[in-house]
Amino acid sequence: MNYRYNNTIAIAMSGGVDSSTVAAMLKDEGYELVGLTLQLWNQRRLAGHEGMPEHVQGRCCSIDDVYDARRVAETLGIPYYVVNEQERFERDVVRPFVSEYLAGRTPIPCSLCNNHLKFDQLLVRARQIGADRLATGHYARNEYDPVRNRWILKRPADLTKDQTYFLFGLTQEQLSRTLFPLGSYQKRQVREIAAQHGLALAAKPDSQEICFIPGGDYKQFIDAYLEEQGEEIPDTAGELVTTSGEVIGRHGGIHNFTVGQRKGLGVSSASPLYVLQIDNAAHRVTVGSGAEATAYTVRARQLNWISVPELSGEMRVRVKIRHRHEPASATLRMIGADEAEAAFDEPQRAVTPGQAAVFFDGDEVVGGGWIV
Amino acid sequence: MRRIYMDANATTPLLPEVLEAMRPWLLERFGNASSIHQHGQQARAAVEHARESVARLLNCRESEIVFTSGGTESDNLALFGLVKPGDHLITSSIEHHAVLHAAERLQERGIDVTFLPVSSEGQVDPDEVRRALRPNTMLISVMMANNETGVIQPVEEIGRIAQEADVWFHTDAVQAAGKLSIDVKALSCDLMSISGHKMHAPQGTGVLYVRRGTRIEPLFYGGAHERQRRAGTENVAGIVGLGKAAEMAGDALRDGTMERVAALRDRLEQGILARVEDCAVNGAGVSRVPNTTNLRFDNLEGEALVIAVDLKGLAVSGGSACMSGATEPSHVLTAMGLVSTSARASLRFSLTKLNTEDEIDAALKLVPAAASRLRELAPVNAGTLG
Repeated sequence: MNYRYNNTIAIAMSGGVDSSTVAAMLKDEGYELVGLTLQLWNQRRLAGHEGMPEHVQGRCCSIDDVYDARRVAETLGIPYYVVNEQERFERDVVRPFVSEYLAGRTPIPCSLCNNHLKFDQLLVRARQIGADRLATGHYARNEYDPVRNRWILKRPADLTKDQTYFLFGLTQEQLSRTLFPLGSYQKRQVREIAAQHGLALAAKPDSQEICFIPGGDYKQFIDAYLEEQGEEIPDTAGELVTTSGEVIGRHGGIHNFTVGQRKGLGVSSASPLYVLQIDNAAHRVTVGSGAEATAYTVRARQLNWISVPELSGEMRVRVKIRHRHEPASATLRMIGADEAEAAFDEPQRAVTPGQAAVFFDGDEVVGGGWIV
Repeated sequence: MRRIYMDANATTPLLPEVLEAMRPWLLERFGNASSIHQHGQQARAAVEHARESVARLLNCRESEIVFTSGGTESDNLALFGLVKPGDHLITSSIEHHAVLHAAERLQERGIDVTFLPVSSEGQVDPDEVRRALRPNTMLISVMMANNETGVIQPVEEIGRIAQEADVWFHTDAVQAAGKLSIDVKALSCDLMSISGHKMHAPQGTGVLYVRRGTRIEPLFYGGAHERQRRAGTENVAGIVGLGKAAEMAGDALRDGTMERVAALRDRLEQGILARVEDCAVNGAGVSRVPNTTNLRFDNLEGEALVIAVDLKGLAVSGGSACMSGATEPSHVLTAMGLVSTSARASLRFSLTKLNTEDEIDAALKLVPAAASRLRELAPVNAGTLG
């Protein structure tokens, strides 16, 4: 799967400094470039709905970001288009995001977006309009290993910006057509390169929150979205219980909780309490002490393997169970046709269903799956 | 790369003759048409000469021509200038946003609005207009030709209905001017919007024809320009350009030029239908303006096809652009009953009189090749994971 590619590369441009710098770097290397921006969500759509402000200033897909991306494309002299993927984004990212929360899990929309939009739909679009490959501003490295005959995804030089956690779902075909030009740079260098190219946004702040939820209040977003859709928020109010089964209070709905959560439980206790488990059938939220909030294993399904064709036997890996988690050493093995279990050397806090478990071997991403 | 332009319904290039006519009014003849000195008198004469030319194109009196900043202003002036809270307005669901969004705003201000449906061919049914009439109906606004499909609306009949009912009739003729012979008398319309840049005049110029005796409230207040119907210093150079373009449009309608454009459009349309499978013309069964064809390519994304051919040098369009520049499914095609995927799979080719046989040949190579590549690489419906 190491193709001969044509000289045209599509760039996923968000209007941020990273993807803009990618465009500048590849332009210097002499490629034919096409800038594409995904229009995913109308930031004004839920304005005025339940709990949402009249005027919403979102980071991603905002008119300002499109304006920035367009200006970069114009500065570099490359053709640029906005691709409307709002319907698909709602279907494949927003809807599942809301359903997952309502079911008591904690989804990662960025991974869904990468899997369904950026590296699926946008890559297809890129190829349809004549570009064999797609470049993005993700911090990750990606190279073909002729010995294993596989495309390998690696952590970037700047580990503070590592985005491989969100990229575990990439297939070999997708990796073979994707370029991550920032993988060997530090963020600081990227800003320098942007400034050298006269890109006005070299000092633009990094985006942090979930792009379609300005301000980051996901509960407010879910309420507003369901109201807009004319749907009732399912009543999942229920009991707060301890591990010994003692009822210590009631809660207003399981979507207000995430495993590992400490704040906003609505009960007072001498020592800090954590959410241990969310039972979406019984609407029961189990809480316990910090010691109880740790787990020795994590199980994952809907697996995707990158550095290996499949997992046979046991493998020593380091596992990352959320974006800001320091990978923990573990032994990985299959326990079902599409289910793997990693046994940690040291127990880990907040193993959260709905998040991804991503397995690393040194710098390489072995694969990953969704925590169950 | 050779660039081929087939998006005349978005805008048309300024003709060299038009630019030449405008040039002195941008440079040495810079007077304000309201000034009493010689500079002003020259400018006034130029504006009035242009007014004559436009009046000739529409077969109306010069005093009935109001120069505006374009089609959008003309539409807004007609609608906001005539209806008051408590009135009823009849319009169609396929109007340009300049009418549609103005009508929605009027609705918010307490005016009853009826948005008439259209047939699957994209035409308003005059009987529907008749049925929608109410005692408080003040204005009917139906476009002369649709910008996306080119479908010509039955405006003569609607004009008669309006006349019988003693209701004002406005028609947005932005996509008809220069493409069809227009006679405001035969149409019995009271107001008509025209845009300069759709007929080779500069952007930022337009006309509202206002039949004598039609009292409209101005949008702007200021000087007594345009017989107190549109305050603001005249855009002399733009108006001169519009006058010249109107003369040339009249010539093109008489000398066989538009028949040649129709023949090119037909060859393009037939050629694509013959070369691309599962392709059809939206609005095929009814009369259309000579330069427009709207083609539906099943199983592909129109937006991607627009980009693919643009990268090869051919400019066409699909849907309408939203604020970011992304393509929204066309409200016109949706009103014709197309589902959103079909509306998104539709592309508009609109020719100018400058297009050549050669360019049609090039498009007939480019479009089928791009369409087949798109279909080959059609996105799978499910993602890779999750």
